[in-house]
Amino acid sequence: MTENPNDIEQAEERVPRRVIGTPPPGDEASALGAPVSTREPIKHEGVTYPDPDKARKAERIVALLFVVSFLAAVAFVASYVVFQVGTIDRTATSNLALGSSLTVALLSLAAGIVVWVRQIMPKYNLVQERHPMVSATDVRESVNDTFLQGANESGFVKYKLLRRTLLLAAAPLGLLPLVLLKDLGPLPGTSLRHTVWSKGRRLMVEGTKQPIRAADFNSPGGILSVVPEGHEEDLNALAKATLILIKFRPEELKPGTNINWTHDGIVAYSKICTHVGCPAALYEQTTHHILCPCHQSTFDAADGAKVIFGPAARPLPQLPIAVDGEGYLIAQSDFNVPVGPSFWERGDAEAEVRGKA
Amino acid sequence: MSLDSTPKAIAGPANFVDERIGAGNFLKRNLRKVFPDHWSFLLGEIALYSFVILLLTGTFLTFFFKPSMGEVVYNGSYEPLVGVRMSEAYASSLNISFDIRGGLLIRQIHHWAALLFVAGMMVHMLRVFFTGAYRKPRELNWIIGVLLLTLALLEGLTGYSLPDDLLSGAGLRITEGVAMSIPLVGTYITFFLFGGEYPGHDVISRFYSIHILLIPGILLALISAHLILMWVQKHTQMPGKGRTEQNVVGAPFYPSFMAKSGAYFLFTFGVLALLGTFAQINPIWLFGPYTPADISAGSQPDFYMGFLEGALRLMPAWEINFLGHTLALSVLIPALVPMGIIMTGLALYPFAEQWITGDRSEHHVADRPRNNPHRTSIGLAAIAFYGILWLLGANDWISAKFHISLYTTTVVGRWAIFIGPAIAYFVTYRICIGLQRGDQEVLHHGVESGVIKRLPNGEYIEVHVPPAEDIAAHVLGKKRIPAIEAAPDGEGIPPKGARGPLGRLRARLSQTYSADTDAISLDGHHDGADGHHADGHHAVNGAAPHAGVGAGADKESTRSIGH
Amino acid sequence: MNSITARRRHPLARYAVLILALSLLGVVYALAAPVGDRADAAIASGKADDVAAGKDLFAAHCASCHGLNGEGSYSSGGGSGPSLVGVGAAAVDFQVSSGRMPYADPGPQAPRKRLPEWVNQDSIRQLAAYVQSLGGGPTKPSLESVDPSKGDPAKGGELFRANCIQCHNFVGSGGGLTYGKYAPPLNPATPTQIYEAMITGPQAMPVFNDTTITPDEKRDMIAYIVSVRQQTDPGGSGLGRIGPVTEGLVAWIVGISLLALAAIWITAKKRQVNHD
Repeated sequence: MTENPNDIEQAEERVPRRVIGTPPPGDEASALGAPVSTREPIKHEGVTYPDPDKARKAERIVALLFVVSFLAAVAFVASYVVFQVGTIDRTATSNLALGSSLTVALLSLAAGIVVWVRQIMPKYNLVQERHPMVSATDVRESVNDTFLQGANESGFVKYKLLRRTLLLAAAPLGLLPLVLLKDLGPLPGTSLRHTVWSKGRRLMVEGTKQPIRAADFNSPGGILSVVPEGHEEDLNALAKATLILIKFRPEELKPGTNINWTHDGIVAYSKICTHVGCPAALYEQTTHHILCPCHQSTFDAADGAKVIFGPAARPLPQLPIAVDGEGYLIAQSDFNVPVGPSFWERGDAEAEVRGKA
Repeated sequence: MSLDSTPKAIAGPANFVDERIGAGNFLKRNLRKVFPDHWSFLLGEIALYSFVILLLTGTFLTFFFKPSMGEVVYNGSYEPLVGVRMSEAYASSLNISFDIRGGLLIRQIHHWAALLFVAGMMVHMLRVFFTGAYRKPRELNWIIGVLLLTLALLEGLTGYSLPDDLLSGAGLRITEGVAMSIPLVGTYITFFLFGGEYPGHDVISRFYSIHILLIPGILLALISAHLILMWVQKHTQMPGKGRTEQNVVGAPFYPSFMAKSGAYFLFTFGVLALLGTFAQINPIWLFGPYTPADISAGSQPDFYMGFLEGALRLMPAWEINFLGHTLALSVLIPALVPMGIIMTGLALYPFAEQWITGDRSEHHVADRPRNNPHRTSIGLAAIAFYGILWLLGANDWISAKFHISLYTTTVVGRWAIFIGPAIAYFVTYRICIGLQRGDQEVLHHGVESGVIKRLPNGEYIEVHVPPAEDIAAHVLGKKRIPAIEAAPDGEGIPPKGARGPLGRLRARLSQTYSADTDAISLDGHHDGADGHHADGHHAVNGAAPHAGVGAGADKESTRSIGH
Repeated sequence: MNSITARRRHPLARYAVLILALSLLGVVYALAAPVGDRADAAIASGKADDVAAGKDLFAAHCASCHGLNGEGSYSSGGGSGPSLVGVGAAAVDFQVSSGRMPYADPGPQAPRKRLPEWVNQDSIRQLAAYVQSLGGGPTKPSLESVDPSKGDPAKGGELFRANCIQCHNFVGSGGGLTYGKYAPPLNPATPTQIYEAMITGPQAMPVFNDTTITPDEKRDMIAYIVSVRQQTDPGGSGLGRIGPVTEGLVAWIVGISLLALAAIWITAKKRQVNHD
């Protein structure tokens, strides 16, 4: 469809007409090895060839850029050998040396080629014809006939039993890969409804892994990020069980907070946002806002962590806490509702809890 | 000095290949294949070359990266993390950054290339959209492009999750939360993806095989198909002198387009190297290892995911509980709807436009955006929609840096997401019409020459001269936008396509879509002829015949604009 | 005055009286006011001079909002502030040495700003001694207890990520809070100020007292913050160190723009000049 010879478009009037030896289309085959003897340059109109003097000047610019590119590439290799890594500053030096030499090598080569194309190669427009993409009618008819002939030869239409059992055979084969995916993971079961918190498990400070004596956590406006004892570095457990522990003046607490689950103004909420599970960790002690930095769901920590802004639909669940004989904070039990983001099987766990109470 | 015969070094191998696969026939047809020249036609190559660089740099990274969530204690060159427990994936990413010469550079180039890959696709897609280059026969290639963009987003998500740093972990956590909100199968999908409860021990290695094998393989196949289709269908061209629907005017592939393309590859690589050298990207060592217990202020995804982040932030807290089940609309809607609107809208647009205009003909000459004002306005409205979501994805930084209340940004965003696109549509439409009038002015009055002439009666005028021929031809490339037959026939019965509620809707849409374009006539006669007419354009116009379809378009074709 | 009235409910947004009038009033009150009994403790600790000088400074610069004896005040017309009884010397040192107090313009939050002329090490010490004498509270940490070189940055990094970055960002670049408040960047803060902020919980910031996060652990965090903010960005410009937002902007503004320019250069039509 593209065999038609290219036309060279007539250049615009204001452009000087020059004649050059552009090989005619179709002669490229000579590149494939047929020895070509000297021949006449084929003449085309409408081609502007650069002024020889300007082309010579451009050649020098291009050559300079190519040499710069060569030197930069050499500098890249030298930088690799000279600049070792091993500290932050040495890595910085190495990155700068390698990167800048690579940049110079690439950009000057690119610039050289552009100058070459623009200043040395001739300018002209070729015109090629387009043809509609659609095949000719007789071709389509022929393909259609072939298809019908083949379909009938195969007997696919005629032999019903063959056709139906083939479809029957194909159906499960397509499903086999899906079956194989079953062992990608266990089934959820009720695992999303529970965390590792249980009666008597101590609250530990995240990072220091120390238990928290209630008497020590005595500055109103204080917060701690808390992890469960025995699971301080168990990421699967932390993904559900991490807490944000807040110390209030007792009079600051509002009815939304379950006072029986607090100890001396200390309240523990799940740190896992009920929107999509980011740790809701920003706490403003003046407003008692807990803010999730991902999507800005805001919870009122003084009032049972109820939602006051943002996309989260449910409050952060509160963990019942108490102190043990040594005065350390412990959990009274697990959360009574699932923590973290909503899921299909979750249902309105809060309402169920209220119903039981 | 010039070559008289092909050098042996080339002729030998060429002969070898030709004798075995007959390459000569292909080369004969294609070495001088014509490529139209316009700067915007190179934008897609940004994405193409970024992809090539992604493959190269990515392969280098795989030599050193360990896609494992096994715990190790870091003992490498980055002092502030020595002795910290972390996953092997994170430790090996630190290792690539600090203990392998050039590792940081390649990692940064890889990440910058990922951003430019997606950004390049976006600008390319916008060029194709605004010039109408998706029209028949290129709808298939357009759909491949939409698929490529979708896959690129997935490829990016799986890629930036791999280092297992605290920031990427936040993205993973959100991915989990979104997956879990899917009705019926959400928890199962989550458990299968993460190999159990979040975060589990499998997701990095699973994302790794998806990121380096599955998606790149599909991308490679689709990109090849994209290029082959472009090659077979030949590139569109901008309107201009001698350019018709039946030809393609431009530079030959060999040598000039080849050289230009090669240079552009080097430019792309060079700019990526420049960014990789001088602009730090994804400094994972500053983020620290992932733990689901911690999060940083300003945890954003890479830019191409920003619109989803913004959508999640905008959404009010809607959630439905029924029969013991939960439908988390405040997650589902923002995660699926904007993406659905944008990607489905893109994929269907060519067919919707065909349905509205009734235009089934092939188009190879691109529209100037102003000449199809409704399409351009729809595009700008979509950009506004996307842009507002994207901007709101960074509303915490906007709040912190410009001292605007955080909630104000959200609330404004909730309104802007509806109002913004409408404003963008209206403003763009007026601008398009204004630009068309400007074109008309240029054709009918010529351009200001800067020469002031005194008339015998003492009046001073500025001499207008006809616009340069190529400019005039470019302007005259304007086509009438076709419309379906909607006017009732002699017996008052509307044509087949315009019957019934759907038909009437189609007819109305068709009238609207094609309206106003003929109001600003380029070739018709002009009332206020004042002697400064540019001449010659009728002849040029003859080479680009109007696709004269439709009835409603005729009636106003000679209306002119008062001055 | 209306805008001030509108914000009067905010505990920190009420300081809007001319400094001159303030000073005059303060001096008058200072002359007339009875000597506070609470100064006894400070006198016993041998800092009586500082307490007295601090009281004068307090009366001149702070009393209009915080009350003549630091008991706090609430005024519907603006210019009210919380009680300073028990906030301790550390709070005074933090607020005044960072320029946050005295608070000039009512707003959601007192910003770090240039120090007024009367503020220097001595005047801060005196003011702090006076406030400390009102009811105790956290004291200014010793230089040794905030010395970054004595801390373990890796250990501190873990604590920093657990307790600080949710507001102050990975590297202390700061971040937004609700109602126009913000977590300030940590770069300008001195090690002493960082320590003081943790133990006093200035403004919206929660308190991290010494019994749950020990002084040694605080020093580790300071060591991490200081080491990271001094650290070279090995990959080039840090782009503000705020993560993917600036990276995305750079990709578009630098990357796509440069490549668009390159495309324009490659394909530009040269208007040929006729040389014949």
